[in-house]
Amino acid sequence: MTLFLLRRLLQAAQVLFVMSLLVFVGVYAIGNPLDMLVDPQATAADTARVAAALGLDQPLWVQYWRFLANALQGDLGISFLHGTPALHLIVQRLPATLELAVSALLIAVLLGIPLGLWAGLRPDSFGGRTVMAGSILGFSLPTFWVGLMLIMLFSVHLGWLPSGGRGPTREFLGLEWSLLAPGGWRHLLLPAVNLALFKLALVIRLTQSGTREALLQDYMRFARAKGLPARRIVGVHVLKNIMIPVVTVVGLEFGTLIAFSVVTESIFAWPGIGKLLLDSITQLDRPVVVAYLLLIVFIYTLISLAVDLIYAALDPRVRLAGGQAA
Amino acid sequence: MTSPALPTEASGGWRALARAYAGSALALGGLALLLLIVAAALAAPWIAPQNPYDLATLDIMDSRLPPGSPSADGTLTYLLGTDGQGRDMLSAILHGLRISVAVGFSATLLALALGMSLGLVAGYAGGRVDAFVMRAVDIQMSFPAILTAMILLALFGQGTDKIVIALVASQWAYYARTTRGAALVEGRREYIEAARLLGLSTPRILFRHLLPNCLPPLIVVAALQVAAAIALEATLSFLGLGLPVTEPSLGLLIANGFQYLYSGRYWMSVFPGVALLLTIVALNLVADRLREILNPRLQPQ
Repeated sequence: MTLFLLRRLLQAAQVLFVMSLLVFVGVYAIGNPLDMLVDPQATAADTARVAAALGLDQPLWVQYWRFLANALQGDLGISFLHGTPALHLIVQRLPATLELAVSALLIAVLLGIPLGLWAGLRPDSFGGRTVMAGSILGFSLPTFWVGLMLIMLFSVHLGWLPSGGRGPTREFLGLEWSLLAPGGWRHLLLPAVNLALFKLALVIRLTQSGTREALLQDYMRFARAKGLPARRIVGVHVLKNIMIPVVTVVGLEFGTLIAFSVVTESIFAWPGIGKLLLDSITQLDRPVVVAYLLLIVFIYTLISLAVDLIYAALDPRVRLAGGQAA
Repeated sequence: MTSPALPTEASGGWRALARAYAGSALALGGLALLLLIVAAALAAPWIAPQNPYDLATLDIMDSRLPPGSPSADGTLTYLLGTDGQGRDMLSAILHGLRISVAVGFSATLLALALGMSLGLVAGYAGGRVDAFVMRAVDIQMSFPAILTAMILLALFGQGTDKIVIALVASQWAYYARTTRGAALVEGRREYIEAARLLGLSTPRILFRHLLPNCLPPLIVVAALQVAAAIALEATLSFLGLGLPVTEPSLGLLIANGFQYLYSGRYWMSVFPGVALLLTIVALNLVADRLREILNPRLQPQ
């Protein structure tokens, strides 16, 4: 297990290094940020001075070397536009995104598993068919479009919920939380539902197909022949066997939720890292883009590591294979 | 992976497939809708009431009219209303649909060609080639498509060709993985061994013998990915990263109408949204049915 963990960590470090190189070279090829930052009427000498101050006059590999050395000390560069450390800007906005993503994930799992189980047990009933048809819809509707419809219905038409912004927050453990502030959930609800819909459909479909496949297995026939009550068959034998794909996908999809929050955040004006990324791309604020991408890669790597470990805990077969390989 | 419903004798197989497909009325409806949408997209320049890109035909007096209003000069009825520049929404949607469908299908075909070739070679050759290709697939698939596409568009800038490249780059891995999985199974069958013993060339074995038997899962993935490509393009264009303003796809039309949503002028973003939605739902219905009839695991033994 220790060897398995060490090898996974080494692999993660490799991926981070390669991605940092790709991201750096890629992002530093976008346009010329000097055009944005320097007054068009500035003299060549002024332009050169700004370039030197930002380190942009150095060859690309020197810039990367300096960047990597700084990155390992937690310094991902200074934002060209805000003049503050890029990582600081992102960390400042990260809680808003995380709160949104976790809320969405909870909605998806807490609604998706029961609905999928129900549809899987009765695939030919009207209710089961309706759930599956709904999940096709949730799966295929683009997030941004659903967001617009939510705003149109609940904000413009009915006037129940605010159309954007984060609203009031309350400080807890040094971070700002919408859910703890009175009325904060009203600002969180629409974006969270918007972000959750896609994952909700995914969880429903996974649970439904897993249930259908599990019901065809021999151990199901034995469980029934043994006379186990239906509640125990579903609650223990079905649920346990469908949890593995569900946990994997839910885990891996958490990273996708953070990436997709770019869309939801831009529609609902939610002040998270997705909106920051979009603004930084259009304004050529390279350090922020690089820092965002590296952070996402880092979070991804962590998540897939965690998923692998949970996997091993849930499925004895994986544990066995891992043990043999290690 | 070859299911009983799809024997290798082409004509009988396709007929059996068509019969199996027709078993679901919903799926037939989806197919009819899809054909209608593709036809409308192809015929857009001829059936649209107005050329939405010809600024000479636009009248600023006609801007922001609700659905069903007549134009100022009385020659035309705006069935779906007009946008902020007096453009007929129906015409804009038909042309937008044309762009969205063209981008979605061409990106899917290119990604299919690239991913399929790589997956076929990886699955057939095995060894170091396989390890290298699958490593690339793993890294690619560990990032969500939207992130890959956003990074590439941030690098390249806007443009139809660039968004197609971004879509291909974010989707090829699905085909590579699917093809490789099927090729691994099929590659061990006797008919491949027989073909090899007959001394057939490797490309001939790959594309004439191995590929046709790997197709069923690929068809399902491709049908789903067309819908995903169209939705992704719309999302990127909505965010302002995709197609340039001169080629408004459905996503850009929706984005342009977004600002008017708050004042209750719903038609500018709702109608292009409905067009996008119908396209995606139709594609998904078709893909879902194909998966049902082509998946051997769900068939009674």
